[in-house]
Amino acid sequence: MIHIKRLQEDGVDIVALVGEIDASSSIELDLAIARSVGEGFIKILVDCSALEYISSAGLGVFMSYIEEFKDKNISMVLFGMNDKVANTFQILGLNELLQITQSKDQAKQLIHEV
Amino acid sequence: MRTKAIIRLLFTVGVITWLGLMLTDISIVFSSKNNIQAEVPLWLPNVILNLFIISLYYYYKFKVEHDEVLNFVDLLWRVFATGLISTVISLSLRLVEYLLGGTILTTHVVFAELIYLLNLGLMIGFLMMAFTAWKRLILYQKSKWLLRLWTVFEYGLLLTLVYHSLRLPIVEWLYSALLGIFIVLGLVLSGNMKWVAFLNFRQKWTGLLLLLLTIFYLLYIFYTIGSYATSVGEAATLNGDKIIFLDYRAHIFIICLMSFVTLYSIFSFLVILFNLPTTSVFEQKLEEVVNFQRISQSIQTEQSEESVYNILLETSVSTVFADAAWLEIKSNAHENKLFTYKITDKEAHDIIAHLQKQNVKGVLDQGTDRTKNLSKHLSSLKGSRFRSILAFPIYVKGENIGTLALLKELAEGFNKEMTRIVSTFANQAGISIENFRLMEEALQNERYKEELKIAKTVQKSLLPQVLEQDEAFDIAAFSESADEVGGDYYDTLRLNDHQVCLIVADVSGKGTTAAFHMSQMKGIFHSLAQHCIAPNEFMIRANQALVHCLERGSFISATFFIVDTQARTVTYARAGHCPLLYYRAAQDATEYFKDRGIALGMVRNKSYSNFIQSNEFEYQSGDIMVLYTDGITEAKDNRNEEFGYDRLAHVVQEVKDLPARQIQEYMISRLYEFSGTENINDDYTTMIVKFK
Repeated sequence: MIHIKRLQEDGVDIVALVGEIDASSSIELDLAIARSVGEGFIKILVDCSALEYISSAGLGVFMSYIEEFKDKNISMVLFGMNDKVANTFQILGLNELLQITQSKDQAKQLIHEV
Repeated sequence: MRTKAIIRLLFTVGVITWLGLMLTDISIVFSSKNNIQAEVPLWLPNVILNLFIISLYYYYKFKVEHDEVLNFVDLLWRVFATGLISTVISLSLRLVEYLLGGTILTTHVVFAELIYLLNLGLMIGFLMMAFTAWKRLILYQKSKWLLRLWTVFEYGLLLTLVYHSLRLPIVEWLYSALLGIFIVLGLVLSGNMKWVAFLNFRQKWTGLLLLLLTIFYLLYIFYTIGSYATSVGEAATLNGDKIIFLDYRAHIFIICLMSFVTLYSIFSFLVILFNLPTTSVFEQKLEEVVNFQRISQSIQTEQSEESVYNILLETSVSTVFADAAWLEIKSNAHENKLFTYKITDKEAHDIIAHLQKQNVKGVLDQGTDRTKNLSKHLSSLKGSRFRSILAFPIYVKGENIGTLALLKELAEGFNKEMTRIVSTFANQAGISIENFRLMEEALQNERYKEELKIAKTVQKSLLPQVLEQDEAFDIAAFSESADEVGGDYYDTLRLNDHQVCLIVADVSGKGTTAAFHMSQMKGIFHSLAQHCIAPNEFMIRANQALVHCLERGSFISATFFIVDTQARTVTYARAGHCPLLYYRAAQDATEYFKDRGIALGMVRNKSYSNFIQSNEFEYQSGDIMVLYTDGITEAKDNRNEEFGYDRLAHVVQEVKDLPARQIQEYMISRLYEFSGTENINDDYTTMIVKFK
């Protein structure tokens, strides 16, 4: 089960993930990101502070957007992951492909630098 | 078989008692005529008569009352046939008498008595037959109360027989009272005519005819026996003697029987006669019930929706006597499907088009859920033979799937009753079709499950049956997938006498696609590994190969090893797979190798080479490599806690001295123990290598 909330701050779309992302709920994550892109945001923050678990299918969603974002010049930063979730990203090597920070401030700073 | 024997026995008893009756009675009459003291006691004929009646009663009870095959008309027919036989015999007796006419014999009281007794026997036989048959008819659809009343009637009659046998003095008032009571009882019982309702039109006519003839026979026999009894009585008194003969007129049982049988015959005749005009209504109701059943049952028996439609059309038409009908079913194609009955497609389309032109809601506009009588719109259509039309929507899961239209050439041909019935049919047909579709779906799902099972077997066969063995190390592997098809893969390949490749991989997601990707991974492993390339090069090429087959969002994590037993080294590359758990015997410690490397398919261009690296370490004797998939570390117990890396490392430490096979077995048993269930929800895969 996943709850996805979106709110906008200074032209940045913040997507907050609450709960667990498994194979079935990964579709909702995909939809949320696609909507954000569709609405024309080029700076997207993903708040993972309430994300308890992410399966390989959930990671696949982030992975699938990497090239599209590169082409469209969209930047995305994930922040606030707990250790377990962060470990999942690390093991797959997604931390090398995605921008991940500890706090929201760091994330904001990073996204405005680009 | 036993019943047959009883029937035969009873018949024999009946014949014997009748013969006995004639013998004794005639001898009495003869003796009294000649003023001789009779050799047989005077009470004997009465007793024998009663025995005769009882044997006949049981004879018919076994023959008619318990015969399940007989229907109402058969019963009437039996009564009629018995009456016919009795009448014919009686008539032939008259003929004999006529032929002998004028001789002394015919006027002799003994001869008159003989004829009288023969007729009496015939009458009693006929009456008993009718009595048994009427009993069956009266007790059809019996109630407790009715059954009790009948029992009283029957036992009462039996008591009168006993009364007669005892030859108690006849008391006038008791006689009349008993007679009155039995006649009233017979009248009350004759009110039970439920069986008449179940006759169809034809059967009613047959019944009327049979009953009429039965009544005729009854009257004839009553008349005959009456006249004989009088003539015997006259002949007896004429000679001035008091001759005692068996007079049925004093016999309560026979009188009661005569009145009851006659009453019920007349009642039945009248009831059937007055029921004739309403028969068609009852038959129609019955047909409605049958039709309704047909529609309900069509789900179990019919092979397609089409046959359900046809049954609906047929039953609706026959129930309301429509002259024509059509059933229009919405379909995805441009044109709706039309099932017709006694109407051409063109005619139907003309009417539909006409109603559409009139902008009538109800037939074509399926947005309305109201059943409508649209006859008034039909009158404006020229050249149509139909004057009445009734349309019904058919719903499946709340969605309108079509319309049933019934037509009549008569104006105002449909009444409210018909509307109600057909709308019930339409609803039932909707339910039938819905059930039918559900069943189809269930079958489809069953088929998918079957295919998934096949996929699972195929996938299982992709895993190696035998692992590459080597003197330098000891190796064991295990893989168990969850209910669904999983995507775990492990394999080994010998490159030369001192180099062996190992691989453990996990395809993202589950199901059939995962199994397909797994088989691709196997192909890639077997084709690339034998070229003896460095692990990172293996991953780069594998990634390149997979770019074209992995769909968006899918990836494969893998770790590839080359064990060199000559140099005692292991080179490996980790592509996003779970870090290798390594036990160093020298330090007696475990360690996870968290090297850089991203999963295959994550980066789909040449830059992948930047994200993968080869690593190398030397192994010592007693060192253990534990390869596994995330199903193991992410296995959860009932408190939702994960098995985790620490617990895994700890388990390996516990059994570090055992051979690889036992380490693996211990690890898996601990895992099942931890999760507390046999039903795993992810794949468990592990490969353990212990160096010697």
